[in-house]
Amino acid sequence: MAFQEIKLYQTGTFVVGNRLLDPEQRTVQARTGRSNSLTSGHRACQGCGEALGARYVLDAAMRATDGKLVAVNSTGCLEVFSTPYPESSWQLPWLHSLFGNGPAVASGVAAALRASGRDDIRVVGQAGDGGTVDIGFGALSGMFERNDDVLFVCYDNEGYMNTGVQRSGATPPAAVTATTKAVGPEPGNVFGQGKSVPLIAMAHEIPYVATATVADLHDLEHKVERAMSFRGARYLHVFVPCPLGWRAASADTIRLARLAKESGVFPVFEAEAGEVTAVSRIRRQVPVEDYLRPQGRYAHLFGDHPRPDIVARIQARADRNIARFGLLPEGDE
Amino acid sequence: MRSQIEGSQAVARAVTLCRPQVIAAYPISPQTHIVESLSDRVRTGELAGCEYMLVESEFGAMSACIGASAAGVRTYTATSSQGLLFMAEALFNASGIGLPIVMTVANRAIGAPINIWNDHSDSMAMRDSGWIQLFAESNQEAVDLHVQAFRLAESLSVPVMVCMDGFILTHAFEEVDLPDQAQVDAFLAPFVPQQQLDPDEPVTIGAMVGPEAFAEVKYLMHAKQMTALDEIPEIAADFRRAFGRDSGGLLKTYRLDDAETVVVALGSVLGTIEDVVDSMRDAGVPIGVLGITCFRPWPAAEVRAALAHARRVVVVEKAFAVGAGGIVGQNTRDATRDLPLVVLDVVAGLGGRPVTRASLRGLLDDVVEDRLDPTRLHFLDLDLALVERELERSRHGRRPGPHAEHMLRDLGTVASGAFD
Repeated sequence: MAFQEIKLYQTGTFVVGNRLLDPEQRTVQARTGRSNSLTSGHRACQGCGEALGARYVLDAAMRATDGKLVAVNSTGCLEVFSTPYPESSWQLPWLHSLFGNGPAVASGVAAALRASGRDDIRVVGQAGDGGTVDIGFGALSGMFERNDDVLFVCYDNEGYMNTGVQRSGATPPAAVTATTKAVGPEPGNVFGQGKSVPLIAMAHEIPYVATATVADLHDLEHKVERAMSFRGARYLHVFVPCPLGWRAASADTIRLARLAKESGVFPVFEAEAGEVTAVSRIRRQVPVEDYLRPQGRYAHLFGDHPRPDIVARIQARADRNIARFGLLPEGDE
Repeated sequence: MRSQIEGSQAVARAVTLCRPQVIAAYPISPQTHIVESLSDRVRTGELAGCEYMLVESEFGAMSACIGASAAGVRTYTATSSQGLLFMAEALFNASGIGLPIVMTVANRAIGAPINIWNDHSDSMAMRDSGWIQLFAESNQEAVDLHVQAFRLAESLSVPVMVCMDGFILTHAFEEVDLPDQAQVDAFLAPFVPQQQLDPDEPVTIGAMVGPEAFAEVKYLMHAKQMTALDEIPEIAADFRRAFGRDSGGLLKTYRLDDAETVVVALGSVLGTIEDVVDSMRDAGVPIGVLGITCFRPWPAAEVRAALAHARRVVVVEKAFAVGAGGIVGQNTRDATRDLPLVVLDVVAGLGGRPVTRASLRGLLDDVVEDRLDPTRLHFLDLDLALVERELERSRHGRRPGPHAEHMLRDLGTVASGAFD
């Protein structure tokens, strides 16, 4: 594996301390020459995980492609908060068309660049979980199946936040949204079959699939760089907490992303041609309760009428991830 | 070069000569022969430098065209019927952004009931999508309109639909004069967009616009499309100079001088109507035809001028607005509202029902004798007995359920199931 995980951390966190690293090992974000693809002044909420994710991904992709990058954006928070007329926060060529067609539009851009002999210019498609796992899913699968030269990035905040926090196909069980309130015999979202688009992407046997969180910048940037080293369809699924939709503190975005990974709720891994090639192991396992409690969307599990039974079911899902992907620290298995 | 050729093949050849750089295709009848033929032409190298994308849906096809066009290349697709409706959201997006995509619509009915045959319900349903809509009367005109459409689209940065009757034109073999490459290259300059997705000059395309400017953006869309009313005749005149034949334009008139009765129609049915008008002229009836080549933008002033001396107008159209009436008829009434004439709406040829000379002659005889009630919507060759039976049944008690169930059983087209 080309990427060596760097195990430095600041007191109380597992964040890699950039200042302790040699300059060439520091993140793209820490460099003065970063492109600021999504520049300041946009209208995202305080603590928006998606805004962080988009900037991290695109700055890394800009660096990997020497600035030869086009971004295609599906409808959603990211599109709305970045381009209120007549302003734009985008410092790279950027196209928004519709909610459900981002992958197809991105494929069209890639085809046009190839037809123009400009395939040195690379294409990134990006959408939230609604635009990726639900309404844009057919287009995404088509893009994978054709192996079009696009990196598609899903910023997964587990719901339709732009429209007022409704349930999406990526909303986890028991989470409260505007369409899955904590009322009735099964409060919050139902325990469904789940819809792991990273695994579905792997089933297409595309060159590269990875998951990441905004809590581990080095890992995320490495995966973007790795993705840009391939031609063909690539998929990156980034876990981005949403303070508004999750009813969490704005200051907790990174902490929640880290707890999702450390509890096994969100498995972080890489796959090539349909096979998992690397996993980010849990460094210090925490119970899912540690991840759930700071979020108001799970408050009904811990209030006057606690539901340890539901928490146990969520724990079981995390345990399944841990077993399936081998997420426990080395030596603990 | 004159060839005996299928309409779809002729259109595919014409599109090839226009050198599109990205084609996104999804199969739907009766458009399929066009994209099949284009696939061959890309694979064999006849159409060089073109990326041919086999997408997962019509929505994907139009979306890929949007991306490709915004990235600065000439872009083409084709569809029909349900496919056009599946694209609907992307059609409005392409026109809203102002992307000069050209698309063939092989006109076909919209279900339910599902029906693969020709009428105009598909493109008429998309008449407000911001696309220019040109209707071909013949395969020769379909070929010529495609060459003109790319020039028109790129001149105004507006998407253009070339509508041709499914099966009636797409699958018909007839003589077509196909232009050669040098002629088309001289007529159609390479596509050079004013802005495109380019890392050297990054632009934001498709930004959100709120109440402060949305109406202005839409006004400009309208204004731009209305300039097509000047542009289309100029392109048609240029086309005549370059290719030596009349094709395109806004309207086509046939024996309109001194005509008291005028038949308004679009597409391939014009030929049949002209035959009937010839025979009526032979019998001394002052009747003529106004063919609508450009339906969007609606050439209201030109329609009004063409109908200024008519006493009665009958619009024969292959679509209608359920619950309202004729579509082209409504537009025609609007264009002629200060003229002392009657506009009759007749729906014909729905779902592929042949529009025969005999039926048209019967209709037009009734029209010139003022036997048609102008306050009603008329249907040519409607099986009144069948409709009446169903209406009678419903008078004896409505029940929720599929519309056509009884009627199909009456016709014996449902293979199983007893009817009481």
